[in-house]
Amino acid sequence: MTVRTELLSEIEQFLYREARLLDERRFEAWLALFTDDVRYWMPVRMTRYPRRSKAIAVLDPDRHVEEELGKASDLAIFDETKETLCRRVARLDTGMAWAEDPPSRTRHIVSNVEVEPGETEAELRIYSNFVVYRNRGESEQDFYVEGRQDTLRNVDGAWKIARRTIVLDQNVLLAKNVSIFF
Amino acid sequence: MAGNGKWDAGALVDLKRGVVSRELFVNDEIYAQEQERIFARSWLFVGHESRIHVFLNSCRHRGMKVCRYDEGNTVVFTCPYHGWSYATDGRLVGVPLFKECYKEQLDKSEWGLVEVPQWVNYKGTIWANWDAAAPLFLDSLGGMKVYLDTVLDGRDGREGGSEVLGGVQKWIMPSNWKFAAENFAGDAYHNISHRSVDLVGIGPSGSQRRDTSERASAQRLGASFPELGHGATSFLQLEDVPYTSSYQNTPIVEEYFRYCDEERRRRLGKGARLLGLVGNVFPNMAYLARQPRSIAVWHPRGALKTEAWRWFLVDADAPAEVKDVLRRYFLRYSGPAGMTEQDDMENWNYATLASKGVIARRYPYNYQMGLGQEYGAYDSPGVLTDRIAEQNQRGFYQRWAACMEEESR
Repeated sequence: MTVRTELLSEIEQFLYREARLLDERRFEAWLALFTDDVRYWMPVRMTRYPRRSKAIAVLDPDRHVEEELGKASDLAIFDETKETLCRRVARLDTGMAWAEDPPSRTRHIVSNVEVEPGETEAELRIYSNFVVYRNRGESEQDFYVEGRQDTLRNVDGAWKIARRTIVLDQNVLLAKNVSIFF
Repeated sequence: MAGNGKWDAGALVDLKRGVVSRELFVNDEIYAQEQERIFARSWLFVGHESRIHVFLNSCRHRGMKVCRYDEGNTVVFTCPYHGWSYATDGRLVGVPLFKECYKEQLDKSEWGLVEVPQWVNYKGTIWANWDAAAPLFLDSLGGMKVYLDTVLDGRDGREGGSEVLGGVQKWIMPSNWKFAAENFAGDAYHNISHRSVDLVGIGPSGSQRRDTSERASAQRLGASFPELGHGATSFLQLEDVPYTSSYQNTPIVEEYFRYCDEERRRRLGKGARLLGLVGNVFPNMAYLARQPRSIAVWHPRGALKTEAWRWFLVDADAPAEVKDVLRRYFLRYSGPAGMTEQDDMENWNYATLASKGVIARRYPYNYQMGLGQEYGAYDSPGVLTDRIAEQNQRGFYQRWAACMEEESR
């Protein structure tokens, strides 16, 4: 399917603006970009045999499923609803959320944006690549490199994020925590 | 430093004064000595009911890892370097060019994977010890067993019956492993660390950090095992107290826990009055017993670096909706993105860094809270304290020092 350039550009602008809201720590405005039924999910990433490995075909005749990503019922890094995202944001204003007080400096960089039709007329499926640079204190720095898959829904003429899956390209998280949003 | 070039643990840990040297948290030589004298001899938590063998993951030929996967199914581990292959029971079963180059002179039975000499499955948790002469697991656990059981036993009082949610949270903490171990062993004092979550209310019913009403009618109880190094904090109800709900927002979960509570009282009688909270099994396995219900291991990766692994437990036969509600609560509480644990990372990170300097190392940390005070008498194992105190941390370092002073075998 060919996506109209205007639509692609509109979605890119939406994602760039979202990234800027995060970098400017305008979290209330960021929350407003999500639908009330959003699932914001960041599964763990396991090191598994390649799914099509010939060794597996020989050694494992039962062909057990080799999945890198945790299942929906597994533990995860994030598995959030709108309500818990709101609580996470509210926590940042308590003056005692030490992981973000003093605040991290972040730069969210979005690229490789692809737009596909969604499950309903009002929805789109968006793929993007995502790099977040985080710097804290004096010399602390982390890179979170991710692929994202979003479902965007048109709600009364405005795009809202109805589902976000964040796939981090790490097995052991190399940052000490995840106190920022993606 | 002592005459033999090793650190004198007795001089670093002065429990009469209640002080512990910062060297323990930043020094590379102490780290190396810990590897030898603590981790090579202690019972270490290795997983939850997924393994029946525990091997050193290193080929006997040139040391390459023979397994580089978190999970999977295979009947043989083939080393990718030269191709020695091992059966899942560790036997060396394949050696390339065995006839042509070894002339069949290699005794394969001598070159299997190095297997840990002692391991045990305790209520679904797997523990291993590299020291064949170490005491048996249950002897090493001692009186800590009743507290560890508060995380492992079913919510309805049955022994065991837990399962872990799939996957493991793994992350790097830029801090010494003992910050995490002593924190879980007995730090009931770090309330300000987590005040933010109490304020916004992330508990199962939407209030506080946890729902603590069941504890309002109970006595806080710290239990230390200085000879073994373990520490636990629990709540002991001094009389039978009616069930208090914590899951009002989700009726099916509320109903499940009400049922479990009744069953537990029926099965355990007075034993049901002990409500687990948190603890650390020496040296590096920590649990949260109820809300959330979790196991963590602090893998040392250098004096200034630790790799944390965290699992979450549920009753295996709990309804799917109960498991899902708990899973979501566990994730917002613990782990690298947990609203509680992410702040611990900041504190342990900068406590470690701020202790590295030449001047900083001259000033020991203070472990004097409750030192020399009388504690109440209760019917529960261990050296007990009924208030917030640092006796559990002192117990942890007493054991640490004893291990470090014991000559290498």
